Amino acid sequence: MEIAVNILLTIATAATPLLIAAMGELVVERSGVLNLGVEGMMIMGAVGGFGAGYLTGSPWIGLLVAVAMGAVFSLLFAFMTLTLATNQVATGLSLTLLGLGLSGMMGTSFVGQPGERLPNLDIPGLTSIPVVGKLFFGQDPVFYISIALTIAVAWFLFRTRTGLTLRSIGDSHTSAHALGIPVLRYRYLAVVFGGACAGLAGGQLSLVYTPQWVENMSAGRGWIALALVVFASWRPWRVLGGAYIFGAVWIGQLHAQAFGIPVPSQLLSSLPYLATVVVLVLISRNKRLTMMNTPASLGQPFVPDR
Amino acid sequence: MKRLLIALMTTTAALSVAASAEAADKLKACWVYTGPIGDFGYSYQHDQGRLAVEKALGDKVETAFLENVSEGPDADRAFERLAREGCNMIFGTSFGFMDPELKAAKKFPDVKFEHATGYKSADNMGLYNARFYEGRYVLGQIAAKESKTGVAGYIVSFPIPEVVMGINSFMLGAQSINPDFKAKIVWVNSWFDPGKEADAAKALFDQGADIIVQHTDSTAALQVAEERKLHGFGQSSDMIKFAPNAQLTSLTDEWGPYYVSRVQAALDGTWKPDNVWLGIKDGAVKLAPFTNMPDDVKAMAEATAKKISEGWNPFTGPVAKQDGTEWLKDGEVADDGTLLGMNFYVKGVDDKLPQ
Repeated sequence: MEIAVNILLTIATAATPLLIAAMGELVVERSGVLNLGVEGMMIMGAVGGFGAGYLTGSPWIGLLVAVAMGAVFSLLFAFMTLTLATNQVATGLSLTLLGLGLSGMMGTSFVGQPGERLPNLDIPGLTSIPVVGKLFFGQDPVFYISIALTIAVAWFLFRTRTGLTLRSIGDSHTSAHALGIPVLRYRYLAVVFGGACAGLAGGQLSLVYTPQWVENMSAGRGWIALALVVFASWRPWRVLGGAYIFGAVWIGQLHAQAFGIPVPSQLLSSLPYLATVVVLVLISRNKRLTMMNTPASLGQPFVPDR
Repeated sequence: MKRLLIALMTTTAALSVAASAEAADKLKACWVYTGPIGDFGYSYQHDQGRLAVEKALGDKVETAFLENVSEGPDADRAFERLAREGCNMIFGTSFGFMDPELKAAKKFPDVKFEHATGYKSADNMGLYNARFYEGRYVLGQIAAKESKTGVAGYIVSFPIPEVVMGINSFMLGAQSINPDFKAKIVWVNSWFDPGKEADAAKALFDQGADIIVQHTDSTAALQVAEERKLHGFGQSSDMIKFAPNAQLTSLTDEWGPYYVSRVQAALDGTWKPDNVWLGIKDGAVKLAPFTNMPDDVKAMAEATAKKISEGWNPFTGPVAKQDGTEWLKDGEVADDGTLLGMNFYVKGVDDKLPQ
């Protein structure tokens, strides 16, 4: 039982950054903008979060700075693609490259320094309950934020008027514009929200997952988050499911190896990606459903005619 | 107009001659790293070596480096670019650079190449490596003494000879103390992904290992050990700051002295391609201070390290292969060629080698 709880805890820590970053990107894409800069914003969050935590000694300040860092960095993308109407794919890719390089430069003096870890939740009486205590009341704060975030995004997109407006912009920015909806203002806010989420995910990496700063420490998680959004066909709860399936397959294969199951490790390592492909194939079999969920004006620049 | 042109041409010609004369005085030594220099691991240690060259030889050298170069075709361009940019000497620091570097060496016969941890050489390409396995034998002995469960968790990157050799040496060391010692092996298929390394460490601890050994570069696994109040070994750099209560010792690399001597040789005109394999004796392989262990274990570790530095090889028979067949007879010492191409486990390793 102990081992099962530990495995679940490990899965949660591995899935949380993917879930948060993907949830942010989901909102961005629902507004019709494709930001491929998730990896870059995430690593900026990681370096900012670590740096602030290290310099002030408070991981909480670190977490706030991580969020701010991602948000500010995403403004660059927003300005380029929304105000200047540059190509979103190219701008997003360059945001990732810029983030990876810039974070390495900013973090030079943090290399080799142990950082602050956000403490796990500890509620007297509840955390010590066997099995459920640790799972529900004893994890790190970012885990709870990620679950709250999922609920909030799902509620916002499908239960509020503003959410409906946001989705309508993603489906047809020209119609929304004709109706008098401030398309660019919505998109700016969505992109910044996505940046803040990516930054938070980065902060989770350098303040919870592995409390340290090293260059490239996001190691491709931003890209996995991007894939998860498509994997989930732009539905919040499916993003949650996807992130946890991804985490479970990954942790599961590590345990299989440690247990000595004689399967080639290269195959085991590629399992999460294989799983993505399989799910994508299954989802795309139903064409109508896919069409219904994909934001129709995703990736197209919008220049309002005045 | 014509006169002006001629005047211009002569000045530029004079300028370029001056520039090349200045360049000839200075030797340009360049490095190619597979990871970022900020990894606080393998590439970081090589870059410390480069900085040692700058410090020791000062004005006589100019250095440059390319970091984050992926192994494989991408490396072709890296080596070619450095050679074209006027590097007189290029160090390729990772196993996967072997073929790209050899290609570049054939194309630029005047440039001096050196490749770490590989086995292919040329008239202008030498080889260097460090006998990390010497240190890993000592780690094995410490692990067997310190482990309560008799099981170590071993996090590894890719199934190349260097890594397999390390696993084998570790196991021989552990078995010399406890013949029933087991190691659980997990391949993460990456040299550097802190998150994955931390996950692997958690999985190994959950399955009963109580000591972590790694052949990956980050400090993540040790931090997990620290959190769980268990033990582990650092890799490449001394990681004691990350795990003050968990690190037993760290297997570190020190390339500075070697790099300084090679660049000096190139300056003196005595550089020749060589094939050197440096060990504890040469100071290239170092064990960080032994901590968090009783004095008798510490004394044993120090004695073993001393024995190795005096010439004893951990791969001394009798040693059987994993399937039980004999590999080394009693007293027989493995030759370097076999070690550098090692693709089999010794007896007692509980894993199937990925091919």
